[in-house]
Amino acid sequence: MSLIYPKQSLEAYPKHLSPGYKSTIKRSPSKPLMIVPHTLSELTGPVYGHDAIQENDNDLTKQHKGEPLGERIIVHGHVLDEDKRPVPNALVELWQANACGRYVHNVDQHPAPLDPNFTGAGRTVTDAKGYYKFITVKPGAYPWGNHPNAWRPNHIHFSVFGHSFLSRLVTQMYFPGDYLFPYDPIFNSVTDEKARARMISTFDLENTVPDWALAFRFDIVLRGREATPLDNDEH
Amino acid sequence: MSEITPSQTVGPFFAYGLTPNGRCEWDPNGSYSWKNTVESNLVTPDASGTRIHIEGTVRDGDGLPINDCMIEIWQADAQGRYAHGRDNRPLPNTQFKGFGRSATDKAGVYAFDTIKPGSVAGPGGKPQAPHIVVCIFSRGMLRQIYTRLYFDDEPANASDPILTMVPADRRGTLIAHKQPGADNQYRFDIRVQGGDETVFFDI
Repeated sequence: MSLIYPKQSLEAYPKHLSPGYKSTIKRSPSKPLMIVPHTLSELTGPVYGHDAIQENDNDLTKQHKGEPLGERIIVHGHVLDEDKRPVPNALVELWQANACGRYVHNVDQHPAPLDPNFTGAGRTVTDAKGYYKFITVKPGAYPWGNHPNAWRPNHIHFSVFGHSFLSRLVTQMYFPGDYLFPYDPIFNSVTDEKARARMISTFDLENTVPDWALAFRFDIVLRGREATPLDNDEH
Repeated sequence: MSEITPSQTVGPFFAYGLTPNGRCEWDPNGSYSWKNTVESNLVTPDASGTRIHIEGTVRDGDGLPINDCMIEIWQADAQGRYAHGRDNRPLPNTQFKGFGRSATDKAGVYAFDTIKPGSVAGPGGKPQAPHIVVCIFSRGMLRQIYTRLYFDDEPANASDPILTMVPADRRGTLIAHKQPGADNQYRFDIRVQGGDETVFFDI
């Protein structure tokens, strides 16, 4: 399979400088990025297999002696390329706050309790159909210092590997109908409404397990699609 | 219109998930309880070639160190082969993955131990000088930025098809410098913004 990575697809991404999110002001390149051809170095990328993960790495409710507090949820979906074909054997990593909105990270010291039964990190590898599944608890909203009374909408951080280093994606999965969406400069750094919607999971009643856990579906579409004869003519 | 999932920032709290045993001096015990998938030491027992150490500081537009940054590197082995199906040449170092990850510490410093990569084919079959693809993630970065690391002791830099596209006065930002008096240690500082801003690629 020989994929190409059209740069027009990146129009869905936020701009490097998005002043509403203040930390971008000093951490975004000020000079134009240089356009260079994709070589073997960009068209290849790390490959991980099932040896990269261990049992329960994808079940964040089973990593400690007891069960974490919070709403138990299933988060699942497919990793796809731009042709909507499955990306098998893709390493998917996630991390998140606990149900109270507190990260285990040492820098997060805001006054919400840590949960001794929750770290908030997980990983898995997609199967042959590009499918992944995590069991976790719904993360809480939390305050941050970007502007007065700033709170992040509930979200789970995702890190995904695809067919090449160009497919590499770090993103955040949001939950449907969050009332904090209009106030969040990180979510709104994606200016196209349809593109923003692709970061919001859908409530998945069909896969909700009665008396046990709600389910949310989050499909992740990575860069990379099959070259057409027309594309080849351009080279 | 393509429908890829947009990028979002890695945020300030990735370390316990992505680099738990790395340089997270944020943690009083030096590491979180979660295990690493990706290490900052890429060297495998079967890897041939010259072992090198790469270290540098990442700085923002004010020249201040970025202490919550994650650097990922992707490289060929010493024979110039990538551990990937697209590179169909047989791999001599089957365990060598060529991928590493390092968080920056409180001083904004990242570090890798790896093998010096060999030359790989470039556009039109023209050889590229030994180089490493570098990808930077951080709080305050809504999307990753890519750059390349070249080595100051490689004559092939002069004819590298990518490096020679970079204006001569900015080419130096892509060169790692071998440290005098140290064995195969290279320094590669990254300036995200400012007068001596590193060249980043739109790829």
